[in-house]
Amino acid sequence: MTFSPELEARFAKMIGNYPPGRQKGALIPMLLYAQDEVGAITDEVIEEIGRRLQVSRVEIEEVLGYYTMLTREPRGKHHIQICTNISCMLTGGEELFHHACRKLGIGNRQKTPDGQFSLEEVECLGACSWAPAMQVNYDFHYQMTPEKFDQLIDSLRKLQ
Amino acid sequence: MTLLAPPHPLEKRVLLRRFDSPRTEPVWIDEYLRTGGYEAIRKALSMEPEQIVEEVKKSALRGRGGAGFPTGLKWSFVDRRSPKPKYVVVNADEGEPGTCKDRILMGYDPHRLIEGVLIGARAINACRGWIYIRGEYREYINIMDRAIEEACQRGFLGSNVLGSGWEFHLSTHTGAGSYECGEETALLESLEGKRGNPRLKPPFPATSGAFQCPTILNNVETFCAVPDIILNGGDWYHSLGTPKNGGTRLVCLSGHIERPGVYEVPLGMNLLTIINEIGGGVWKGRKLKAVIPGGSSSPVLKAEECDIPADYDSLAKAGSMLGSGATVVLDETTDMAKVLARLMKFYAHESCGWCIPCREGTTWLKKISTRLEEGIGSERDLATIDQISQNMLGRTFCPLGDAAAMPAMAIVRKFGDEILEKLKSASALVPAPGTQPLAVL
Ligand SMILES: Cc1cc2nc3c(=O)[nH]c(=O)nc-3n(C[C@H](O)[C@H](O)[C@H](O)COP(=O)(O)O)c2cc1C
Ligand code: SF4
Ligand code: FES
Repeated sequence: MTFSPELEARFAKMIGNYPPGRQKGALIPMLLYAQDEVGAITDEVIEEIGRRLQVSRVEIEEVLGYYTMLTREPRGKHHIQICTNISCMLTGGEELFHHACRKLGIGNRQKTPDGQFSLEEVECLGACSWAPAMQVNYDFHYQMTPEKFDQLIDSLRKLQ
Repeated sequence: MTLLAPPHPLEKRVLLRRFDSPRTEPVWIDEYLRTGGYEAIRKALSMEPEQIVEEVKKSALRGRGGAGFPTGLKWSFVDRRSPKPKYVVVNADEGEPGTCKDRILMGYDPHRLIEGVLIGARAINACRGWIYIRGEYREYINIMDRAIEEACQRGFLGSNVLGSGWEFHLSTHTGAGSYECGEETALLESLEGKRGNPRLKPPFPATSGAFQCPTILNNVETFCAVPDIILNGGDWYHSLGTPKNGGTRLVCLSGHIERPGVYEVPLGMNLLTIINEIGGGVWKGRKLKAVIPGGSSSPVLKAEECDIPADYDSLAKAGSMLGSGATVVLDETTDMAKVLARLMKFYAHESCGWCIPCREGTTWLKKISTRLEEGIGSERDLATIDQISQNMLGRTFCPLGDAAAMPAMAIVRKFGDEILEKLKSASALVPAPGTQPLAVL
């Protein structure tokens, strides 16, 4: 399996960032960047990264079960992550999450039938002073309201 | 949008000194150099490593990641002459609920962090460093990657730092979703490509850290304070704060506050001054009920306990912690049972499951507090929460167990009556119309 030239260049550099013989250090970053390109950690991704880093499949499965951002199942094209932790909860994060369920017609960790959106209730995103906060893939959205959420979803739908 | 707040007259901006007005772009290398950047590393290269550590000790700088350990002392534990390679690790996991400051430093002044790391590296004669950044922060990983690239091109990083013959390489390392990986030894496991289960201490990272080599590991903000300490001297930095709490620190104001944001204040500024003057007071003209002064793990303070200097020692004396500098303001309408339930849901989710008191304890704290919040608990639940928490304190493998138990105990002890009141009122049994329970994480 090969990745895009940009990702291959990144990987080549990444592996050199760890001490000789300890290239396993690159495992989690490589998995995450590969997932961003491929859409999920597929069997092929596991095999390829395992081969490059000389890490067994079991060691990779162990890691996959631990880190919440890594996924074996493809998420929606727009993965919506809404924080309901303390600062967001105090400023409407839970209401925002319920609103998102209704707007998208899906529940936590579900995906719309057309594969466009998936939704996840998440822990603190480190954006507490601009709460309630959410992310669409890696893009942050701050001081959200149900109205701003609807506008955002409608504009993402138009992008299709 | 910019995340920088306009400076308030009571602020003392050292780490944020380049930002006297809000802006959207980071300070890239040319601007950094124009504004005094990389002068501290030039100076540090002319000093003996012992002198660097001595200045940092004099500054009374304490770790900004949560525990408040004296930074100079931590650095002095590394055996500079060890034949093993020495490493520097930056903790940019920023996962403590309420905390959102490291992103400001990385997002707007990335070279300050690089320069602080260089000085730390020089002090222990390190050859390599990593900035471990939480996975959700791709935006900041990209900024740091670009800044590192710039620093390499100008000779501040690489095989011959500023022609001194010293070799030092730095790179970012992304996390992938785990609060526990902010704990220093779990972070080191994660850096090696493993699950973030913590290590037994001792040995401490200073003797056996990244890849089993001597390592200094500090928070982003801690490193960012170092360039000014070297340039202006430890005594100068120390004098900005209080005797055992040197300098300035970032405070992240959030919750029920008029002007939420990240501000820089001298250590020891009164907590109420921070909230009422800098933060503009409790929002919507309401009264203050309580404050979480140092991130979700710090025990809550009742309004009447908040008239104290916000520094490590004063908050410890008040039974809480300065922690990560995250100050969450709760107004008079706040449902404390709900706060408790939400925090316990967080710790149960983030417990790595390695040791039983934490794995079981956080799960039960979550179950019992959720039932209290839903109005179907019993009076005995408060005592049970207190007892479970006491059984966790000091008996877990890493401090996450304490981090869950301390706020739980504080809430049931200080707001138990209120929670019981709510339990007794019949209306609490009927869910508000249109709400559905949040799915279990
Ligand atoms: C569960 C847990 C999570 C933590 N998360 C962070 C974090 O996100 N960032 C951080 O700098 N320190 C965090 N810490 C504290 C680190 O273990 C460590 O004390 C700190 O990074 C040391 O740097 P300092 O001395 O500069 O504060 C956490 C600790 C625990 C127990
Ligand atoms: S205290 Fe919790 S997070 Fe720490 S090792 Fe035990 S189970 Fe893991
Ligand atoms: S609590 Fe929601 S971003 Fe921190």
